[in-house]
Amino acid sequence: MTQAGPSFLELTGIRKSFGRFEALQGVSLSVRRGELMVFLGPSGCGKTTLLRIIAGLESQDEGRIVQDGRDISRVPAIRRDYGIVFQSYALFPNLTVDANVAYGLVNRRAARPAIRARVAELLKLVGLPDAGPKFPGQLSGGQQQRIALARAIATSPGLLLLDEPLSALDALERVRLRGEIRALQQRLGVTTIMVTHDQEEALSIADRVVVMNGGRIEQVGTPREVYERPATSFAADFVGKVNVLPAVAEGAGRFRCGSVSLAVGRDDIAAGTRVKLYLRPEEVGVHVNGHSAQGAFAAKVAKVEFLGAFCMIGIALDATDTPLLVASVPRQQVDADCLAPGAAVMISLPAAAMRVL
Amino acid sequence: MATPAAALPPPLLTARARTHWHDRLAQALLVFCCAALALFLIGPLAMILVKSVQDRDGVFVGLAQFREYFATPSLRQSIWNTLWVATVVTGITIPLAFTYAYALTRSCMPGKTAFRVIALTPILAPSLMAAISFIQWFGTQGLLKALLGGASVYGPIGIILSSVYATFPHALMIVLTALLLADGRLYEAAESLRAPTLRRFFTITLPGAKYGLVSAAMVVFSYTVSDFGIPKVIGGRFDVLAVDIFKQVIGQQNFNKGAVVSLVLLLPVLVAFAVDWVMRRRLSAQFTARAVPYVPRPSRGFDRAMLAFCIVVSVFLLAVLGMAVYTSFIKLWPYDKSFSLRHYAYGLIDAGVINTFFNSLRMAVLTAVIGTMFIFGAAYLLEKTRGMGRLKAFFRLVATIPMAVPGMVLGLGYIFFFNHPDNPLNGLYHTMAILVLVTIVHYYTSSHLTAVTALKALDDEFESVSSSLKVPFYRTFFRVTVPVCLPAVLDIGRYLFVNAMVTISAVVFLYAPDTQLASVAILNMDEAGEIGAAAAMATLIVASSTAVCVVYAIVTRFLLARTQAWRTASRA
Repeated sequence: MTQAGPSFLELTGIRKSFGRFEALQGVSLSVRRGELMVFLGPSGCGKTTLLRIIAGLESQDEGRIVQDGRDISRVPAIRRDYGIVFQSYALFPNLTVDANVAYGLVNRRAARPAIRARVAELLKLVGLPDAGPKFPGQLSGGQQQRIALARAIATSPGLLLLDEPLSALDALERVRLRGEIRALQQRLGVTTIMVTHDQEEALSIADRVVVMNGGRIEQVGTPREVYERPATSFAADFVGKVNVLPAVAEGAGRFRCGSVSLAVGRDDIAAGTRVKLYLRPEEVGVHVNGHSAQGAFAAKVAKVEFLGAFCMIGIALDATDTPLLVASVPRQQVDADCLAPGAAVMISLPAAAMRVL
Repeated sequence: MATPAAALPPPLLTARARTHWHDRLAQALLVFCCAALALFLIGPLAMILVKSVQDRDGVFVGLAQFREYFATPSLRQSIWNTLWVATVVTGITIPLAFTYAYALTRSCMPGKTAFRVIALTPILAPSLMAAISFIQWFGTQGLLKALLGGASVYGPIGIILSSVYATFPHALMIVLTALLLADGRLYEAAESLRAPTLRRFFTITLPGAKYGLVSAAMVVFSYTVSDFGIPKVIGGRFDVLAVDIFKQVIGQQNFNKGAVVSLVLLLPVLVAFAVDWVMRRRLSAQFTARAVPYVPRPSRGFDRAMLAFCIVVSVFLLAVLGMAVYTSFIKLWPYDKSFSLRHYAYGLIDAGVINTFFNSLRMAVLTAVIGTMFIFGAAYLLEKTRGMGRLKAFFRLVATIPMAVPGMVLGLGYIFFFNHPDNPLNGLYHTMAILVLVTIVHYYTSSHLTAVTALKALDDEFESVSSSLKVPFYRTFFRVTVPVCLPAVLDIGRYLFVNAMVTISAVVFLYAPDTQLASVAILNMDEAGEIGAAAAMATLIVASSTAVCVVYAIVTRFLLARTQAWRTASRA
């Protein structure tokens, strides 16, 4: 993780409605200098609107934005200090790659050789040193997005905004480019905000993730925090896969889920309260042949879904039941333990990994 | 309920972004464009409404003029005449255009490009030319007079023939587009389900072209209803609304009655326009980017039949154009058919009429240049600037109105509006400027739609990117938007030029002796019986419009190859 600096961008009480639709319902957020923050959420959650408000491309109905100590709440986009990359690349099709990258530099009346040198440096930085004389249409999607990135950082802005930059790319290119973006961001140390709906992308690249839903922030935290300790049921659901077990508190840190009594280690919930227990599939312990953990209970395998390195095992209390929960089990263990539909297993649910929400 | 006031956050200043002067400049320009269009369109139209409820002395008389109008049997007859002739023209043109378009898209006949070019030639000539040609072919001295079996070409027959000729290319273009949009995969699916050819035609082709056909029918109908040149030349004593307006205004100097007739004329055109508008929306909704173009397969009998049909239609089209050109180069039809340039030398140059041709050229160039800049600029501001939602909605509405307004109605409105002593723009009256203005407004809608379509194809984020790079919008407009949209810009210019060369209905009320246009001169020469000179003028118009189209084709091919290198590059 990068060294988190002091606050660079401060959002306070941002509200925005489009007609009767409230896109943002009072969002406050602090972005630290030099960090890569990811806005994560389903479509319509307000993440892109928030990014566009930071860029000045939309104006908030209410709220304050302070960037680097300067109140930019009412400053028009053209006077703000940021570079932006869009999902559609938005490269000028009639200009060469060189002219695209130089587009913002030329306007600053820099000397021509200096511009040429800067463009060459940027193209090298994004790994396309020879693309200069080509037109955007001659490049692949991933290459075009690298050029868009070069154009956005050409003027060394204090803030880099990435609006779903990887969504238009194929799966392999997406993974490759996200690694490059991360490396570049760390090398330049530029404060960066990226918007995405892809949770894997968010977890892999971010210093901190902002989980958004329905125009509100659900949780702000490092990828591990968000994954391991989701603050809300939405955050738990949206980030990664999760088992949701409806349960009733029995007091003394025990909860009853159907016929099984589970230890969760939360004794602050009054007996009789209906709760939901959240547990990641990889935390579910699946045992056979008597190897069993404490508090394990007997169950049957209902379904095995092969996903490559891992298998998703649907587990029911007996073979005819609908699966109660799913467990993620390495392929080798599935083979070794002969986990197939109907197999009898012992299930353990570690109290420490269980979240009550 | 006691809400703890302290728990509420301190009220934040409602934040409206300060507008940068760039944005304000763009907004000011948009307001200007909107005001200009409204002034030169809504103002004149409103004046027609006002005049229709006033008598000659400007006294309010309510609907008295309308009552008087509908009490006159000959005027009532005009309404009926106008409607049935337009209906017959539509009934003939649409099947012809559909079959022709079908041949161009679904057969493997040879010479498709040539057939396509021939089919579009009527656009290059003023509608008057068709009427003159038909008089030459079927008139009292006509070569094929016998074919009419004693009926006179002067009247409904002549109007119908000439209108079919003049509207054919307009209908063809719309139907052609509709047929080209067909998804080839539908035909493959139908074939795999063993649907016979006829069933494929009725279940895929016809439904797919449905909106296009209705839209084309409406265009043909309103064109025929609005056209003034054809019935004026070949209508004889058969009265139609467009000629009635002319007679009221020019003949009897009864402007108020003219206003009444023009409102009556406006009605069917408005209805047709409304239907067309709905159809076009459905047509564009039908179009998906993922459609796979249909590729026809050779089929001997079908291809030959289609070829035969296209040859017949092309011969018909070329015969009309050819007769006008031929007439201009012979001494006197049908007595002395020897080659002569006398119609050009004496009829046009010595008679001083040739000036009208140069007026037309000047007017067409000005219309093309100013019109293209204004229309494209306004469409850009409309599509690519932020804010001003209500003004933009208003602008979009106003920009679609011209298509629904017949030229005669617009021209009459211009007289009322600009000839009004209290109008500060009174000075425009009887100038070249007013002719340019009325022509731009008259042909605004199509050009506007071309511009909007081209602009919509551009990434909306270009403007966002340039503001993030601190580049002013106008710089990006000139450096990116215009170059990328150059094909559409040139297309608008060509469209305006060609139409300005042939327009007559809007300008017939507005010219002054020294700004008379070629199309008006044709009308006057025809009335004076100088058919040869009139044909010569029509030939000049066709020649100049053809020249512009050829230049356009060359420019798009060669100059664009340079400035649009990125297009070919991305295809490679």
